[in-house]
Amino acid sequence: MSRRAIVTVPKQAKRGEVIEIKTLAQHAMETGFRRTQLGETIPRDIIRTFVCTYNGAEVFRMELHPAIAANPLIAFSLLASESGTLEFRWSGDNGYAVTETAQITVV
Amino acid sequence: MRKMLGGAVPRPGKVKLDIAPLVDNGNAVPLTVSVDSPMTAQDYVKAIHVFTEKNPQPNVLSVRFTPRAGRASVSTRMRLADSQTVQAIAELSDGSLWSGSAEVVVTVSACLEDGTEARGPI
Amino acid sequence: MRFSALLLLLVTGFVSAEIPLAERRSGYEFMSRETRAMQDDDAANPGMFWVLDGEALFRRRESSSGSACMHCHSDLKGVAARYPARDVKSGRLMNLEQRINACRIERMNAKAFAYESRELLSLTVFIAKQSRGVPIEVQKSNAGEALYRQRQGQLNLSCAQCHDERWDRKLAGTPIAQGHPSGYPVYRLEWQGLGSLQRRLRNCLSGMRAESYPYGAPELVELEQYLMWRARGMKVESPGVRP
Repeated sequence: MSRRAIVTVPKQAKRGEVIEIKTLAQHAMETGFRRTQLGETIPRDIIRTFVCTYNGAEVFRMELHPAIAANPLIAFSLLASESGTLEFRWSGDNGYAVTETAQITVV
Repeated sequence: MRKMLGGAVPRPGKVKLDIAPLVDNGNAVPLTVSVDSPMTAQDYVKAIHVFTEKNPQPNVLSVRFTPRAGRASVSTRMRLADSQTVQAIAELSDGSLWSGSAEVVVTVSACLEDGTEARGPI
Repeated sequence: MRFSALLLLLVTGFVSAEIPLAERRSGYEFMSRETRAMQDDDAANPGMFWVLDGEALFRRRESSSGSACMHCHSDLKGVAARYPARDVKSGRLMNLEQRINACRIERMNAKAFAYESRELLSLTVFIAKQSRGVPIEVQKSNAGEALYRQRQGQLNLSCAQCHDERWDRKLAGTPIAQGHPSGYPVYRLEWQGLGSLQRRLRNCLSGMRAESYPYGAPELVELEQYLMWRARGMKVESPGVRP
């Protein structure tokens, strides 16, 4: 129905602090190994790539394979260096593309 | 896996896999992989790759870090087709390769729906 | 030894005692630490996607009438803790899903959502989440209790034999829970998605190799009401996460 993503980012952090980022994307992550009850293979449909940029610069990237669970959770760390925008981009099979952004204030 | 590493053999150590030894359901197994690293421009973890032994396809994930990640750690949830060994390999900025692994036992809940609804509870 | 075990089975087979109120435990307590953490953290609980979809549906105007749920309802805290309940007008016992559909038909000039559809699950869980932490309080269903205690299917089992008498014992490597419906609709790892209590009950019945009931059948609603009564005083957890 929808292509939602939930990102959890602290609104504010101290310069030099390592912050935790948590992301959840709505996706079935269909492996391509399952069959219907009639025996037909269900085609693969997964998120392939997740990229996080911080004020435009790539800071973290993950390639996903069918072994990642449905509705993928990706949690990682970032070094809070400057105030600005974090952008999260998921892309995958069948033109799947979702972007979320979050603002962070670094003091 | 060998193709990805270009024939190099990783040394055991540095890589930590945080995964429960016994899991409720193989459809979503929480996993944290991390490497203890200062994550400075001179000394950081470039990548971590996770593989399984018995899934239909060995690759699980590959992450690329930059020193701006602050910490070389990622958490996700993975699928495990069966009880097996999960392996992770880290590439450091000095070119060295390190590996770690964890054994996982998967118990599957009873009364499965997938497949056929006529399956028994045992 | 063998004789006394047999005797015990015979005795417990005939005397089907309820679990004392103080010994009742949510399915949550039978789960691994990791699965519990998944339910506890909204940022990691995939059931939240259905909650967000449900919120959008709650605000959406129906093209047929121009009305939205939000035009009549605002705070629905506690509502899910009181269902299934008997509809005063028709006298019919309704679960929350059926109440939503009745409201759509009677008050919004809209079509009912199909049982187990993404839309109906989303609206149900959006409403149920508002009752998180609220103690369950429903009437007892005698018809539901009869169904709960009745032996059925090719394995000749009753719900009570596992969930009253053998909870915490192992079945296929996992502990048998007490069968309390406090987290529904739940995100079940087995389903890799959100599902209703009736989906779970139908799973259970087919696991017992008993004939199941169609979605929305009065028998299932009675059973739901008995299970909710059995869990009276326990707190709503929706959207729960279960293995």
